[in-house]
Amino acid sequence: MKQTEFLSTVMPFKDKVYRLAKRLLVSSEEAEDATQELFMKLWNRKEKLSSYKSVEAFAMTMTKNYCFDRLKSKQASNMSLVHSNYKENGTSLDRKTELNDSVSIVHQLIAKLPEQQRMIIQLRDVEDYEYEEIGKVLDIKPTAVRVALSRARKKIREQLIKQHNYGINQN
Amino acid sequence: MESIKIEQLLEKYENAETSLHEEAVLKDYFNNNDVAPHLQQYQALFGYYAESKNENYSKPIRLNTKKQHWKWLSVAASVVLLFSVYTGYTNNQEKKEAKIAFENTQMAFQLLSKNMKKGTTAMAYLGEYETTTNKIFKNNK
Repeated sequence: MKQTEFLSTVMPFKDKVYRLAKRLLVSSEEAEDATQELFMKLWNRKEKLSSYKSVEAFAMTMTKNYCFDRLKSKQASNMSLVHSNYKENGTSLDRKTELNDSVSIVHQLIAKLPEQQRMIIQLRDVEDYEYEEIGKVLDIKPTAVRVALSRARKKIREQLIKQHNYGINQN
Repeated sequence: MESIKIEQLLEKYENAETSLHEEAVLKDYFNNNDVAPHLQQYQALFGYYAESKNENYSKPIRLNTKKQHWKWLSVAASVVLLFSVYTGYTNNQEKKEAKIAFENTQMAFQLLSKNMKKGTTAMAYLGEYETTTNKIFKNNK
């Protein structure tokens, strides 16, 4: 497999890899390093790539495993938690600041979830994966994906309503 | 009327029973419409998901091509080696040829000089004739 061919297979999901890595590793620098490292690994395995049914699912599984390794290693545990601010666009200006706050609240709520649920939320609600695809990436059954996803969504909603009411009571 | 349908979808959504299409409907509703007041807390959620999807990996991807560089370096080195061996060989061959030619000419010269000597010894007899003829015909000079 030549470099151009490799890049054309790999480029469509590079952002997905990065976002999943960021979801797990929190810091954007760590996620960038992880993405870079991962593509090196894929490049080194380029001869075998064509034998996989879905290179993307394989890459996502590799990302998951790599991030878990990073999280386990001491280096990552000493790392400071960096939180970037999310910009909001497409909503009316007057709600913007308020929404900006609640958007970063969602980010924090998701960050508090267990890793498994965080990944499922990421893959389903951000990347629009099918349950079967998520199951393949995480090596669990689609029904288990649904159960975990439902739990995560309910938890986020609960917390969000709590925050929302808290905001109203404050005003 | 819209919000009732959305509420039903939200319930299905929380039970993880929605299809991707239904979730797209939800995302579309919360990101583009005027959201009913009692559902506004969801706006942040779906807004966040839409926002997250815009986050990109902007750095270029570096691939490890060092190995290939080494490969090419060895190819270049072997080419240089072959070339130097070739030129050395041809140089040597030329010298050898020159040596052979030199030896050949030397041999030819030796042959020539040998025959020349033969000729001169024969000439010595001629000198003898001269003295004897001088003895016989007294030259009164």
